Amino acid sequence: MTDLQVACRLPLADFVLDTDLTLPGRGVTALFGPSGSGKTTLLRCVAGLARAAGRVQINGECWQDDARRIFLPTHQRALGYVFQEASLFAHLSVRANLEFGLKRIPAAERKVGWDAALALLGIGHLLERGTERLSGGERQRVAIARALLTSPRLLLMDEPLAALDAKRKQEILPYLERLHDELAIPVLYVSHSPDEVARLADHLVLLEQGRVLASGPTRDLLTRLDLPLALDEDAAVRVDATVLSHDDTYHLTCLGFAGGHIQVTRKPLAVGARAHIKIQARDVSIALAGDNRSSIVNRLPARILGFGDAAHPAQCLVRLEVGGAPLLARITRLSRDQLGLVEGMSVVAQIKSVALVG
Amino acid sequence: MYLSAEDWSAIRLTLELACIVTLLLLLVGTPVAWWLATTRSRLRNVVGAVVALPIVLPPTVLGFYLLIVMGPEGPVGMLTRSLGLGGLPFTFAGLVVASVFYSLPFVVQPIQNAFMAMGPRPLEVAATLRASPWGSFVHVALPLARPGFITAAVLGFAHTVGEFGVVLMIGGNIPGKTQVLSVQIYNHVEAIEYGQAHSLAAGLVVFSFVVLLVLYSVGGVRNTLGAGR
Repeated sequence: MTDLQVACRLPLADFVLDTDLTLPGRGVTALFGPSGSGKTTLLRCVAGLARAAGRVQINGECWQDDARRIFLPTHQRALGYVFQEASLFAHLSVRANLEFGLKRIPAAERKVGWDAALALLGIGHLLERGTERLSGGERQRVAIARALLTSPRLLLMDEPLAALDAKRKQEILPYLERLHDELAIPVLYVSHSPDEVARLADHLVLLEQGRVLASGPTRDLLTRLDLPLALDEDAAVRVDATVLSHDDTYHLTCLGFAGGHIQVTRKPLAVGARAHIKIQARDVSIALAGDNRSSIVNRLPARILGFGDAAHPAQCLVRLEVGGAPLLARITRLSRDQLGLVEGMSVVAQIKSVALVG
Repeated sequence: MYLSAEDWSAIRLTLELACIVTLLLLLVGTPVAWWLATTRSRLRNVVGAVVALPIVLPPTVLGFYLLIVMGPEGPVGMLTRSLGLGGLPFTFAGLVVASVFYSLPFVVQPIQNAFMAMGPRPLEVAATLRASPWGSFVHVALPLARPGFITAAVLGFAHTVGEFGVVLMIGGNIPGKTQVLSVQIYNHVEAIEYGQAHSLAAGLVVFSFVVLLVLYSVGGVRNTLGAGR
């Protein structure tokens, strides 16, 4: 019973939204796809803001079932919804905005505490302000806290970062990650940014023209070369690593992950701390085994799992396995042929740079 | 500046009428405005046009038909008589009913425009925060449309104070009962009492100017009034 079942059918202007999904009942599930692929509409159907034919069941709780003539109106669904643009009530202060949902649920159902929500989103100092005196990032943090305070059984987020500039995005992402780590509320997160998805989502649903192209664990889907996801300029894999040691002479930090060790420029992290790193396909090149000398520090033995198309016809993507961890490399087709790379071959993956993502 | 007892009575009656009518207009106009702002019904344009009729019709036309409908032979007149309420024409109550019809568009349109400017999003947000439709309306839609309500109330009040044709048709000219300010000014002019006519007329000019000045200073009048017409 701990899953989200979303079966929706709704004719839209250009195509029919048609999904029959069973999603994990915990963690963050990203609905990913290009603009106009039906992501937001699907989210609105789950919320009851749009009415599709079908069935919506959230961890055993039925919100819609046409067969049984059940359709709960939005205000009777225990959900939180964060809209794309700031949606704070302009006639209320930050405090009154936060209390709006909170005071409408019975005290016994309040699982997310006031102080905890304020601390999680870092908005304790904003309470008495009017909403017009908040920055874009602050507004969105208040909106997220406001949704959380209703102790939802499902949190729906519709591109909560889309209206923000890059700097504000970076400001909010850590809060979203804390949300993921500290709360047991399942999240449906609409996004068209591979970066956000890679960073936040455990599970991924790929939508195109209202249909589900693929649904599965993020790590698997992000490196699947038959999906348009990998075509992106920013094709990358996300790796969970641990800080092993620091090197004072060369100012490097050594990180350990499933595939071995990676040296990165020194980071202010404690030994033993967890680190999420992102390795972009364009930062990975391939060398034949044997020649060990190179300016590139991170050289890991890898096996070729397959090839796929890249955004530019001159290039291709190579799916690699490094000690069980997936890795993507983007190389030219010319190099592939000159090196004679084939599936199953053992090579050396050279990682030029690694981004620490928190 | 000299005002007779009858003048004072007319002023008092006018204010009384305008207050009652404004209150009724807000009560009647709000649901009408809400329906017009949110419905997808094909009747929307028809209802909108009917509500707006008093803007273009001469008040005498409106007054004439109200007189017929509320008269002894009219449907409303027969109804009020059978209920033991008597006839409405030439009573204060009849004046109130007629004024509500006459000023309805001036109240409905600003409120409707305010609701439309707000859009559906705030109500969706409220629903996701567990507010029932009624709760959303009271705690979100009404406060957000406040500038529209201020404009509507002021316009409804001022328009009722200034009406003449409808009053004359439906209410006549009965001192203390239906003789309001605009009619009293007419009486003075007829009697060539220009001094007294001046006192009342100038008072109305000042009143109207102050009302509009307040309205434009409060702001929102251009949004809520200008957009709809």
